[in-house]
Amino acid sequence: MEIAFLSGKGGTGKSSICSAFISLANNVIAVDSDVDAANLYLIFKTNDTSQTNYISGKNAVINPDFCIKCGICKTLCQFEAINFINGNYKIDPISCDGCAICYRKCPSNAIGMIHSDESKLYVGDFEYGLLIYGQLAPGEENSGKFISVIRNIAKKKASEKGIDKIIIDGPPGIGCPFMSTITGVDKVVLVTEPSKSALMDLKRALDVAREYSKQIYVIINKYDLNNEISNEIQFYCDKLKIPIVAKIPFDKEIVYAMVNKQTIIEYNKNSKIVGILKDAYEYIINK
Amino acid sequence: MKIAIASGKGGTGKTFVSTNLFKAFKDLGYSALLVDADVECPNSLLFYKLKKVDETIVKEYRPIIHSEKCVYCGLCADYCEYNAIFYVPELKQIKLLPNLCHGCKACSVACQYGAIEDSNTEIGIVSSYIDKGKNLYFEGRLKEGSVSTIPMIKSTITQASKQLSDFILIDSPPGTSCPFIQTSIRSDFVILVTEPTPYGLSDLRQAILTLDSMNKSYGVIINRAGLGNMDLYDYLSENNIQILGEIPFSKEIARIYTQGDLVYDKMEDMNLLYRELCKKIINYGNSLS
Repeated sequence: MEIAFLSGKGGTGKSSICSAFISLANNVIAVDSDVDAANLYLIFKTNDTSQTNYISGKNAVINPDFCIKCGICKTLCQFEAINFINGNYKIDPISCDGCAICYRKCPSNAIGMIHSDESKLYVGDFEYGLLIYGQLAPGEENSGKFISVIRNIAKKKASEKGIDKIIIDGPPGIGCPFMSTITGVDKVVLVTEPSKSALMDLKRALDVAREYSKQIYVIINKYDLNNEISNEIQFYCDKLKIPIVAKIPFDKEIVYAMVNKQTIIEYNKNSKIVGILKDAYEYIINK
Repeated sequence: MKIAIASGKGGTGKTFVSTNLFKAFKDLGYSALLVDADVECPNSLLFYKLKKVDETIVKEYRPIIHSEKCVYCGLCADYCEYNAIFYVPELKQIKLLPNLCHGCKACSVACQYGAIEDSNTEIGIVSSYIDKGKNLYFEGRLKEGSVSTIPMIKSTITQASKQLSDFILIDSPPGTSCPFIQTSIRSDFVILVTEPTPYGLSDLRQAILTLDSMNKSYGVIINRAGLGNMDLYDYLSENNIQILGEIPFSKEIARIYTQGDLVYDKMEDMNLLYRELCKKIINYGNSLS
């Protein structure tokens, strides 16, 4: 069973809540699919970590010695990545999408494709099972593809080790990384908070998530910061028949736990939040 | 001067800083334009009473494959670097997987049999708004279900940049990869908003590595100061990174924000903090020219 934690708006508490669920699950494959800002590894220390390089993209480069300045590359490029500067065609690596059409069509073979493989993929044992996460090299693209690679490894490891739960800490937003995380998962948990911004993002996330998944659950974090908006979230979810499985009060202990590099369950197992999370966990796993 | 407000980690307070800073610039007598380039989740404009003045539908290239003209040579699928063409010649099956397509048009260049028709698909809308004081706002909004975040960001900033304004504030998407780079590269200065927690620090480091590799100037605002620990401060001082301001952790600030109000209007110390921030940015701008 694959369960993904997502939110739309960032900073609503995905990683804090997801890490708590991971410690409750025990014997689990934990996946951090927020590859440009991975955080789970800060909480869960891994042993025997294997590191592999991941080819995250390609960039085209022009060799000026072979360039005959015909400009075909510039005409074909849909990303406005090729500029004519001081009498030479140059490719801006930030705009280049790596589609390679310039490379294929250059009549003088002046263009080469360079692979960037500085992004890293980590797999390691930790207290509750196996942690898999990616770290995109600064400025790299293709996070969607990277996420599907990571998820495939997670599934393979799960069947090798006979582990039946994969819990994924997802990225913010509702674009490519969101979809790459949600495609084919069994259950989706959306973590929100009672602010106008978060509600607006939750609605957008739900619109997309409902296209992909039938089992969606909502958690309202810091619900008591604004009871009125929490009620609005409740009303909206009721209308769509999406269960709200936990309303977590604002509590500084969640931050203290993070600063201590622990889950809230490890930090204070008597916290009232722990009870709320346990109930939510049981609900999500069993219903 | 174009200023990107970015973060690395999500939810650190980008929109919070953008909206208050925008008001502060205007109060100091400057013309300012607020651009919401967090196209997957745009929220900045919730904080104002606005009237829409214009909207542009943004489109991106998508091929239409006519299988009746296809000879199943496979060249289009071979040209496609994104595996967006699903192609099984034995079964005479060919179709586009639109979520994988980047709109590069390579398949169209490849096809010699007229089986690929050039077409465009809507990926989102860039809207402009006006308030009572005739100030302009821009918002890019990715269509739900679309994955074309980057072209939407580019289009939003390009359209907003046509306006003449002393300060263009760009509320950026979270993260440290492409969307972050596309907003930063189009800006003269980047304000990184972070919080003093292990998550905040880890993502800030990654964002700074990226900005350093691009030679961009930046400064840091510490939000929710007092919460968390001192590791962030140690990192900033070891690396000589400028702290532009510190916003204390307070439930009152959170409450004002969740209601969609501006702390700049409601709290005197916040009013002062944002005015100081404006001055720092103006000084930086003057040092450039």
